[in-house]
Amino acid sequence: MSGLTVSQLEKKANEVRRDIITMLEHAGSGHSAGPLGLADLITTLYFSIMNIDPKNPEMEDRDIFMLSNGHCVPVQYAAMAERGFFPKEELMTLRRLGSRLQGHPERTKLPGLENTSGPLGCGISQGAGYAYSLQYLDHSHRRWVYVVTGDGELDEGNIWEAAMFAGKYKLSQLIVFVDRNNIQIDGPTEAIMPLEDLHAKWQSFGWHVQEIDGHNIDSIIDAVNMAKAIENRPSVIITHTIPGKHVDFMEYDYKWHGVPPNADQAREALHELRTMRGKVRGEHE
Amino acid sequence: MVAYQLNEKIFSDTPDVEPTRAGFGRGLKLAGESNPNIVGLCADLTESVQMHLFANALPDRFIQVGIAEQNLVTVGAGLARAGKIPFIASYAAFSPGRNWEQIKTTTALNQMPVKIIGAHSGVTVGPDGATHQMLEDIALMRVMPNMVVICPGDSVEAEKATQAIVGVDSACYLRLAREKTPIFSTVDSPFEVGRAYVLHEGKDVTIVSTGILTPYALRAVTILKKAGIDAEVIHCPTIKPLDKATILKSLKKTGRIVTCEDAQAAGGLGGAVAELLGDEFPAPLLRIGMPDRYGESGAPLELIAHFGFDDKGIAEKTKNFVNARPQYKPGF
Repeated sequence: MSGLTVSQLEKKANEVRRDIITMLEHAGSGHSAGPLGLADLITTLYFSIMNIDPKNPEMEDRDIFMLSNGHCVPVQYAAMAERGFFPKEELMTLRRLGSRLQGHPERTKLPGLENTSGPLGCGISQGAGYAYSLQYLDHSHRRWVYVVTGDGELDEGNIWEAAMFAGKYKLSQLIVFVDRNNIQIDGPTEAIMPLEDLHAKWQSFGWHVQEIDGHNIDSIIDAVNMAKAIENRPSVIITHTIPGKHVDFMEYDYKWHGVPPNADQAREALHELRTMRGKVRGEHE
Repeated sequence: MVAYQLNEKIFSDTPDVEPTRAGFGRGLKLAGESNPNIVGLCADLTESVQMHLFANALPDRFIQVGIAEQNLVTVGAGLARAGKIPFIASYAAFSPGRNWEQIKTTTALNQMPVKIIGAHSGVTVGPDGATHQMLEDIALMRVMPNMVVICPGDSVEAEKATQAIVGVDSACYLRLAREKTPIFSTVDSPFEVGRAYVLHEGKDVTIVSTGILTPYALRAVTILKKAGIDAEVIHCPTIKPLDKATILKSLKKTGRIVTCEDAQAAGGLGGAVAELLGDEFPAPLLRIGMPDRYGESGAPLELIAHFGFDDKGIAEKTKNFVNARPQYKPGF
């Protein structure tokens, strides 16, 4: 763990958001809303919660992170670069020919990635496989498997196969975050394919369920501590987030799901992030 | 070259018979007993795919995932990331039939050494009919980078192949069948991943066969001899990577080639050989397999004969082919 305070984590999440805007604008394609919404969660995982070593990505007793909604990988790349897994300049290679930063994460390209994802619905089951190994085969009970999955992704059948599996085997070292931002490509999740009552769904599959504000870092840390204390059940933390969080013109707008900002929009977004929406003066103002 | 050691009874009226899945069951148990990293996963078909031998001997390393093939492979991928060697078993119709994209993303592209066991492939699943007769799996798996594809010819070879793929550092597909089929190999016969074997030498035509049709291809030699045709038979259990050298060497002698598989004639072994011929040696080719149609209900061996996959069918088609197509001479 890096030992950052909550206010330091908030600042770090702001830097991660700026990285996301800059890299997406540079790449000219990619997803904006989801990564911005996840910035607080992913930053907290990489800088406070997970036992990882950027200098030794295959460290034997490390915690495992798997991103199931691979299209949100810019936030993971940004957090990894900020944490020191690779130089920040490399973020500008996102989606370019020859880059280790593929449009969707590929484990074999970049040390520190634990899975390959993009096609939706397969992250929880891979995390469950790993957690099964820790719990039943390796008897390694001080390691944790964290999976982030989208909410639109919960339409996939594979998700519920995994939910049943993890429930059956009481995979208590598996902690899943559902990024509950209520949007998917074609519109609001509840219009496309309703997910509610999501809490009750997970509970009925034998999971311990918590719901938190995904932009409150204290809540994220508390929920993980609670999840780690729960025995005999896998944990899901329904993490309520605002798509495009902290960039005013992107917030809540599903049209920002799959597009990057252009140069003007990126400038506006970065200004907003630097000034914390006018609360402080930007460094370059 | 040392001659391939055949089970002599293969040419008799009463050859030894056993399903290839039985060899897999024995092989997995043996492999599991010697390698603690092997885990077995099954989707509610444990005895049917013969994984019960492993499960009973090593219950702590057996994982029941229920009827959920997408979960079967992705949980397997997670276990592989944790350092295990997962063998995931179901019927070929469902795995890889239903979970192909998960196999691609989480095991092949992701380079995880998950061993995918597709049992009950081909028409010999019999009365269950077309829905359960998986004929497209060889083609589906062969086009996937980082995937090894193996279709053992009999139960003795299936036992060896199961143990051999433990040491292959990539995802593998092992194709098995339900019905008892003739055993042509012996415990002393060679098996290496990526190798094809000349079972019988001849000069007029090469018959390359994979899986459970190989014993029928071998027995077709006798019928063809009566028609004055001297056929060479190659058994090709590994479809990917294809043993191009062995096939081309034979072909340069015979100038004509027939492929045999209990699968779609398009895209499988026939497809692989057609690609090889197109690339390197454009000799006449006859592909024996399912001709762009589905199977249907019937008794297993009745279906083998119905679709012309038995010794008589292979001999008849080969004879017509040899009579119609002259041997290819390079540089002509």
